[in-house]
Amino acid sequence: MKGSGEEGQVKLLGASISPFVARVRIALALKGIHYQFVEENLQNKSELLLQSNPIHKKIPVLIHNGKPVCESMIIVQYIEEAWGNKAPNLMPKDPYDRAIARFWAAFVDDKLVPCLRGVFTSQGEQQEKAIQESVANFLILEEALRTNPCSSGKLYFGGDEIGFVDIALGGLSGFVKALQKAISSVLIDEEKMPLLSAWMDRFCEANGVKEVMPDPAKVLEFISAMRVKFTSPPAAK
Amino acid sequence: MATEGEKGQVKLLGATLSPFVVRVRIALALKGIDYEFIQESMHPKSELLVKSNPVHKKIPVLIHNGKPVCESMIIVQYIEEAWGNKAPNLMPEDPYDRAIARFWAAFVDDKLFPCLRGVFTGQGEQLQKAVEDSVTNFLLIEEALRTNHCFAGKAYFGGDQIGLIDIALGGLSAFIKGLEKATDSVLIDPEKMPLLSAWMDRFFKSDGVKEVMPDVAKQAEFISTRRASMISPPTAN
Repeated sequence: MKGSGEEGQVKLLGASISPFVARVRIALALKGIHYQFVEENLQNKSELLLQSNPIHKKIPVLIHNGKPVCESMIIVQYIEEAWGNKAPNLMPKDPYDRAIARFWAAFVDDKLVPCLRGVFTSQGEQQEKAIQESVANFLILEEALRTNPCSSGKLYFGGDEIGFVDIALGGLSGFVKALQKAISSVLIDEEKMPLLSAWMDRFCEANGVKEVMPDPAKVLEFISAMRVKFTSPPAAK
Repeated sequence: MATEGEKGQVKLLGATLSPFVVRVRIALALKGIDYEFIQESMHPKSELLVKSNPVHKKIPVLIHNGKPVCESMIIVQYIEEAWGNKAPNLMPEDPYDRAIARFWAAFVDDKLFPCLRGVFTGQGEQLQKAVEDSVTNFLLIEEALRTNHCFAGKAYFGGDQIGLIDIALGGLSAFIKGLEKATDSVLIDPEKMPLLSAWMDRFFKSDGVKEVMPDVAKQAEFISTRRASMISPPTAN
């Protein structure tokens, strides 16, 4: 089974500005896996997308030898396992370290992303609250980077190399940076979050990452356009 | 690393009526792992809980040889990996089947449970909507049981034996039935969801489950009490 990952056809349905798609592209790049990237128009989803992800109808979807895998961090774990013999390892070996990696990836998705979405879609007092909560969650991640045995004193959450948590959080970098510009507010303050700040710069420059990170100008354009929709009456959803 | 699990001290911080705690207890029971169960009152939260899960301060927390693991499905995957040599396997071998298992476990947590929480806390119209949304999600699971080649015609989502999805969804069984009683609503209609209904009855009776599943009457009573305290001022959280 492990060898079958190395042959076979890989397609990625996505959108180049999506942070969730960026996560998957980073994992594929790090493993050196060739794939066909299919840019989806989210206002007019393809038949293939709807067929491949009937439950959520969302991107990214990885299609490997015709079989679809959905949900970005599930796709990343799939890439790790289906190409298990290909370095680098994206997950630690030790079960406890793996549990910690999954914990922080889940923290990013369950706690941080909803706050960022709040910043993205709201204004006034609601947005202020979402900004405060995002900052609070980034501070928790700063603390984790500082004290967690896997990452403390190392380059990445995963240690010397990019790992699962780096991909989960780092995939959002382009979005976070553009969001800061769009709202003229700082979410990752260099002084308050020196480790996280340095980590993000390092991550964005890393091989495998810099080639697939969304174009910052395009992300900013997207965010700004969407915010006009969200914040003009009648209130858009 | 795999045998290390077999020695060592295991503690589970939890509450007998919590469906998330039930998930972990099922995994521990299936693997035949001895552990000390520490009933947490949650009001106030114990020193040990706050120390072991400082980020979320929630149960369940598994403490293995002094090291805490948090988040129920992360704990279940940890149990599977730390006791990797102990049958039964809670996860499939094949990377694609593992991705499917994770997908549906995530569906239960991200899509289904928020609706169930809405039933738990809702009144009147809100309750009605939450019931409808829950039913919609249960119907998607019924459909998966019927058509997904991984599950179709098998006793459990995991095949012949209980697996990850069974634990993720099945752990909520008493809670679901308790909700139905306490709110006088039908969430899993045996006529509309024959497969899911049969699966749940089978799950309730299974070894490893029946010993740790809360009594449905007690669960319903607990839910009713909490619901009553929500509507009378001052509203409890």
